[in-house]
Amino acid sequence: MDEKVLTRHFGVEGLFRIEVYRGLGGYKAVEKALKEMSPSAVLEEVKKASLRGRGGAGFPAGMKWGFVPQNVPKPRYLCVNADEGEPGTFKDRYIMSHNPHLLLEGTIIASYAVGIRSAFIYIRGEYEAVALRLEAAIAEAYKAGYLGDKILGTDFGLDVVVHRGAGAYICGEETALLESLEGKRGHPRLKPPFPASVGLFQCPTVINNVETLSNVPSIVQEGADAFIKKGLPKDGGTRVFGVSGMVKRPGIYELPLGTKLRTIIFDHAGGMKDGKELKAVIPGGMSAPILTADEIDLAMDFDSLAGAGSMLGSAAVIVIDKETSTLDVLKAVAKFYSHESCGQCTPCRIGTSWIHKIVKRLAGGEGEPDDIDTIIRLAGNIKGKTLCPLGDAAALPILSICRKFRSELEGYIPHA
Amino acid sequence: MSPETSALLRRRIEETAARYPKKGAALLPVLHLVQQETGCISVEEEKFVAQALGLKPMKVREVVTFYTMFLRRPVGKYHLQVCSNLSCILLGAGPLLEYLQKKLGVGVGETTSDGRFTLSVVECLGACEQAPCVMVNFDYYGQLDREKIDRILEGLE
Repeated sequence: MDEKVLTRHFGVEGLFRIEVYRGLGGYKAVEKALKEMSPSAVLEEVKKASLRGRGGAGFPAGMKWGFVPQNVPKPRYLCVNADEGEPGTFKDRYIMSHNPHLLLEGTIIASYAVGIRSAFIYIRGEYEAVALRLEAAIAEAYKAGYLGDKILGTDFGLDVVVHRGAGAYICGEETALLESLEGKRGHPRLKPPFPASVGLFQCPTVINNVETLSNVPSIVQEGADAFIKKGLPKDGGTRVFGVSGMVKRPGIYELPLGTKLRTIIFDHAGGMKDGKELKAVIPGGMSAPILTADEIDLAMDFDSLAGAGSMLGSAAVIVIDKETSTLDVLKAVAKFYSHESCGQCTPCRIGTSWIHKIVKRLAGGEGEPDDIDTIIRLAGNIKGKTLCPLGDAAALPILSICRKFRSELEGYIPHA
Repeated sequence: MSPETSALLRRRIEETAARYPKKGAALLPVLHLVQQETGCISVEEEKFVAQALGLKPMKVREVVTFYTMFLRRPVGKYHLQVCSNLSCILLGAGPLLEYLQKKLGVGVGETTSDGRFTLSVVECLGACEQAPCVMVNFDYYGQLDREKIDRILEGLE
């Protein structure tokens, strides 16, 4: 049995076209949901499937949908988070360009379950080609009667609009995404109120990642139990792991949740590039605290990685070899967050740029004896002191790099 | 902006804005539209967009300066955007950038004197499996080395 949910048909020529997708059983889940199930039955099935958010935070999707009030006389919105800015992550690009109708099918079913008539796909601006492919797929879906009014002859209708971002990592954060979609700077909002009650245009809103929604058709079609069996009881289904860095075969690998990190790197991605030795791994996108080479016998699921002091995040595995200096890794991390801090919260705005300055000085051979401690102190003053998770996303990997590779980093300081 | 361009843009702006419950929400897609036609968003374009969407010019400025893809000055015919994030750095983005600087005779953020190439450094492009990666205008090129980037540049008109 093929355990793959999302990438099963990736090899099929022209999968992005509706007739090919339908020929492989596509849009059957929409038919089943709209014609045979009530919205609440769909919601219950997704809850039962333990589908956790694939964007990074791992929040149960069904529970998120359930938070949306049904008795408010306002429109409700779905925002598909296709901003994919987390360094190391490229899985959503694959899903959208190979199988755009799968995402649309999940979007239709989710909207049906929550009573939503209008959905926006917020896609990062650089993915122009992917946005065009999505728009072509949407046009096909309208023509075939899967979008628009009275879908499949029911009373349910849905419109989908592709909205392109313009180069800002912060807009992957759900409330910054809402601000950006409203035509503003991507400054995260203070929560509560949560988007489920006060979201896009002050209306109840669901925000789900591309991969999360793309799992929904399989849950409806094959049932929650089959979905859980593909993963773990508290963490159903597969993950599309994106592997990059010093491996023989970088790329995406759809595997059951709970697959060992060692297996992903050494079996699926072909192991280290010739002559290279493993030094460290960032297991869930750049925001995830780093793991050393002897910490890779870990199951890749939300709880196991949290238990090891890191996180599964976007399941983007960045593999670092021994010849790469940890200082170069720290520099890339510090540069990224100082560039991407939105500037709203002082600890993050000042802290990330200060850390970047110190790391640049270290790299220039002019480090001072207490630099590592200063970086640790600064990162500690960002952690937990910002409106949105970007502060932690910057602080935690920096802290982990400084603590786990302290002696190597101190070697770059002239008189330490 | 020529009268033809502004008439064309006004029509397309109306179409775009009609897809949103509030006109102002169309600001990002509209700025993309305008930049595609005019090459950058200078003060003139800011005012034009503000007027078309019923926003204060300062609102438009706020947004243009926040998002890295909106350009306030024109760039060359080909905008080379070199990823400088971790996966690309691991696989040689640093030496690749140095090579491009030498080859084109420009620094980061500069345009060649013939106006053909602008060299920029960007954060993660979401193509880490193709590291090191460069975006030329909107096209992605991956697994680059000196020979490959030479061939790509030669292939551009």
